[in-house]
Amino acid sequence: MEMNDKKLQVSAIKNGTVIDHIPANSLFKVINILGLDKIKTQMTVGSNFESKKLGLKAIIKITDIFFIDDDINKIALVAPEAKLNIIKDYKVVEKKVVEVPDNIKGIAKCGNPKCITNHESIVPKFTVVNKKKVAIKCHYCEKITDSEHMKIF
Amino acid sequence: MENKHLVSITDYSKEEIFRILDLATDFEKNPNQNLLDNKVIATLFFEPSTRTRLSFESAISRLGGKFIGFTDSSSSSVSKGESLKDTIMTVANYSDMIVMRHPIEGSARWASEVSRVPIVNAGDGANQHPTQTLLDLYSIRKTQGTLDNLNVYFVGDLKYGRTVHSLLQAMSMFNTTFNFISPEELKIPDEYKLFLDKKGLKYYEHRDFSDIISHADIIYMTRIQRERFSDPMEYEKTKNSYVLKNDMLENTKPNMKVLHPLPRVNEIHTNVDENKKAYYFTQALNGVYTRQAIITHILGLKK
Repeated sequence: MEMNDKKLQVSAIKNGTVIDHIPANSLFKVINILGLDKIKTQMTVGSNFESKKLGLKAIIKITDIFFIDDDINKIALVAPEAKLNIIKDYKVVEKKVVEVPDNIKGIAKCGNPKCITNHESIVPKFTVVNKKKVAIKCHYCEKITDSEHMKIF
Repeated sequence: MENKHLVSITDYSKEEIFRILDLATDFEKNPNQNLLDNKVIATLFFEPSTRTRLSFESAISRLGGKFIGFTDSSSSSVSKGESLKDTIMTVANYSDMIVMRHPIEGSARWASEVSRVPIVNAGDGANQHPTQTLLDLYSIRKTQGTLDNLNVYFVGDLKYGRTVHSLLQAMSMFNTTFNFISPEELKIPDEYKLFLDKKGLKYYEHRDFSDIISHADIIYMTRIQRERFSDPMEYEKTKNSYVLKNDMLENTKPNMKVLHPLPRVNEIHTNVDENKKAYYFTQALNGVYTRQAIITHILGLKK
């Protein structure tokens, strides 16, 4: 973290949330899932920082926004290693890791083109069958979609 | 244990499976029972399927019921662009149960969520065909006297064959040993091997269809379709390697039976038909009894 602090050169926030360790290619998916494109407070986004774990990573700092766990866990599909720092008065008051949920509703699309959810207006539902290398099983067509083929709404 | 719908074989517990098989045994002894008096059953076939449809319609007729429906979607409002949801919600007003076959996977599950009458899945794309699985189980139990500890050999297209996948899921409850015989291109998908690993069941994969079948209690043959091969040359090379011929049955166990969901093309030589171990036409007959059992069980007409 210290090494990155020197490199990032983005200003600290007074109150809000820092989401770190997002795979760089999942950055915009995370923004979509959390609806960050619609917020009105200050937000700093950095991407393509070097990371030993992820190759290239992204970081998001959002002022005055705090998430509930259910919302945060939604990004587990695309950023399972993401870490959150909750900042109050320039201090990290809480650290959170995302947890891959058991069930997912309405976030991902089924990867099977012959699935009914890709043909009629249905909210897709999945059970998570692998939490490490995220894979989800469609409630309707019963096919498994892995993280590589996962499409996020 | 009561399920209103039958969408996927995995919806049924062991007890519910046995309940269906016991009812089917009863219908085999006494097939004509007027249990569906004043009942209307819709048979919606969004894609053609002669065998499954006729078997259902025969089952309904032998129970004294009436059926309405269509035999392919060109003769229904689907050709006007109606959604599946609308079709199902409408037909649910006209019938006491809907039997449906649809080319799109997951369609039956979706239908079961919008229908106020029970849905019976008669095949949804490459996904599930649970009534076939139940008639396969009935045929296996009837010929072997049990479902436990059997050696089952699946031959042919194990990649796309939904009957194979559903029967594998169901048989995994009975300590089955599985043998998979297929060309490389049509081998059993990894997710099913993983499933068997998790259950701690034994399975073996083979490329050659030869004397290894001498240990089999059941040989489940399937059709290899040309369009499944990315390379037509590969199809030409393999198409005759997975054909069951009468002389191959010589050293098989006396209790062994050959099953096939039908239609057959050339994967079982016609010289097998006269062999006592050939069971596929009786298997098709069992489909009527099993479907009578499913319909009456779901409608609660058999106590």
